[in-house]
Amino acid sequence: MRKNDFDVIIVGAGPAGLAAGYVLAKEGINVAIIERGIFPGSKNVMGGIFYRSSLDDLIPDFYKEAPLERHIIEQKVWFLSDDSMFSAGLKSERYNVEPYNCFSVFRAKFDKWFAKKVSDASAMIINETVVRELILKRGKVVGVRTDRPNGDLYCDVVISAEGVNSFLPKSLGLRKKINANNVALGVKEVIELPDKVINDRFGVSNSSEGVTIEITGPYFNEMRAMGFVYTNRNSLSVGIGAVIEDLVRLKMNPNDLLETLKSHPAIKPLVSGGETKEYMAHMIPEGGYYSMPKLYHDGFMVVGDAAMLVNSIHREGANLAIESGKLAAKTYIEARKKGDFSQRALSAYQKRLEESFVLKDLKTYKNLPKLLEEKKYLISKYPKFLIDAMYEIYNVDRVPKSEKIKLILNKAKKEIGYFSIIKDIFSVWRNLR
Amino acid sequence: MRIEDKLYLIGYNIDEEESHLGISDPNECKRCQGRPCTYVCPAGVYSYDDEEEKLSINYDACVECGTCRIVCSYITWRYPRGGFGVQYKFG
Ligand SMILES: Cc1cc2nc3c(=O)[nH]c(=O)nc-3n(C[C@H](O)[C@H](O)[C@H](O)COP(=O)(O)OP(=O)(O)OC[C@H]3O[C@@H](n4cnc5c(N)ncnc54)[C@H](O)[C@@H]3O)c2cc1C
Ligand code: SF4
Ligand code: SF4
Repeated sequence: MRKNDFDVIIVGAGPAGLAAGYVLAKEGINVAIIERGIFPGSKNVMGGIFYRSSLDDLIPDFYKEAPLERHIIEQKVWFLSDDSMFSAGLKSERYNVEPYNCFSVFRAKFDKWFAKKVSDASAMIINETVVRELILKRGKVVGVRTDRPNGDLYCDVVISAEGVNSFLPKSLGLRKKINANNVALGVKEVIELPDKVINDRFGVSNSSEGVTIEITGPYFNEMRAMGFVYTNRNSLSVGIGAVIEDLVRLKMNPNDLLETLKSHPAIKPLVSGGETKEYMAHMIPEGGYYSMPKLYHDGFMVVGDAAMLVNSIHREGANLAIESGKLAAKTYIEARKKGDFSQRALSAYQKRLEESFVLKDLKTYKNLPKLLEEKKYLISKYPKFLIDAMYEIYNVDRVPKSEKIKLILNKAKKEIGYFSIIKDIFSVWRNLR
Repeated sequence: MRIEDKLYLIGYNIDEEESHLGISDPNECKRCQGRPCTYVCPAGVYSYDDEEEKLSINYDACVECGTCRIVCSYITWRYPRGGFGVQYKFG
């Protein structure tokens, strides 16, 4: 048999692949990471809030040197209707002390920096190369076929860290075709503004403090969509993620959606006068726990978005990618001691993930995608009722408060129905238990 | 802002030699209901010419999100060759 070129080959240099590569390289394992972009990060997009703790565990105090934008001290949720906005959220000085909870980032810069750390740890990063298929021997994965001339590379184990458009797990039959209910399309713009203007508009005292706004509500017309506005140092990241099935069903163009969001009376003052610097799009695997593929095969493991590890409610993805990459690398290191890379040995990766917060969190929300698919009105009806009720309470028109309350209760009865309210509360409670 | 104007802001390394997007059976487009590819693509890559009864694919504008391949199984989708395609400055 042909000699191995590497012990481990990782496909994709996003956070998942880089984390796996880092752990392996630190253990002196001969690892290559294959990336199709000109450099790691050049093809990657996220909203961009990066949670510190999973990476801090690998590279302590990384935030002191990594290219980050602002640390986040306030997180808000805005419920929009066409003409109104109801806001909830938390600003805390506890988020304003090192080592910080999370940061806004640009992936093109952040991934590039992370990749440098990984190659400094002596992993080999091969850019501008696409892995086209797996090389199998008697059903076991033994290498990858790239689009380079004579581009076959052999190894003990391949780790698929290809992100949401992964096809290697499918080629092994670990999952079926991805369906339009399990993925969202995210579109985003980076809008440049002077940092002083951003500080004033978002109520922070200097250019390292940041704010996030998550946007939902009746404005999206029962679409499973979320908008966001995040502060960077000299720009805002403004975007929308919408489930693809809904985009198709409602014949929506994602750029039109983003444009109308930017013109909403609550968003417009935030972005006004800014200049768009970049427009981008990427899919988000939002199907949750039940949409995950089988995560291992003989000589093969799947990490990050390729494994559908995204917690869309908390917009966590990059940190789950890092955590899963770490656990896959540890599994390899264990398996290597016994020289056993069979699926039985690699199934320990699944166990590690189950014991970590990654799958514990995905399990907590496992029924949510289905619930929202069946009851799309939950995202619009209740926030709409809340906005209308608040409007009544604040609107002083010489109607006594007691009558207003009666009015609001009547509206609840007529527009939603007491019985439906109880049923909805029960089903949400049952599904989140 | 129109999509066309936004696409000017994106860096691309265009592969002049080969398209990474295609249609396995162009006849399907003639009878396709609603032609979702023409409105869901965030980069406006697909457009349908009613007179010529033909779908045209402006593959250089593609940002490689993969959405078209989820909505239509007649689209043959693959990654551009290594180093080609979209190249973000921020991401
Ligand atoms: C609009 C949007 C907003 C988001 N917001 C957040 C957020 O605020 N916080 C958060 O934590 N997460 C967020 N996410 C999710 C987050 O981006 C992902 O969960 C995370 O990037 C997954 O990392 P990954 O390494 O698994 O995949 P990716 O980051 O997608 O990396 C995959 C890499 O593999 C390469 N590749 C793929 N296939 C091949 C191949 N065959 N050959 C060679 N190279 C290949 C790609 O070029 C890429 O570099 C968001 C996502 C989107 C789209
Ligand atoms: S590519 Fe698919 S979605 Fe687009 S017109 Fe043809 S058949 Fe329809
Ligand atoms: S991959 Fe995305 S950007 Fe490219 S053609 Fe398909 S939908 Fe459009």
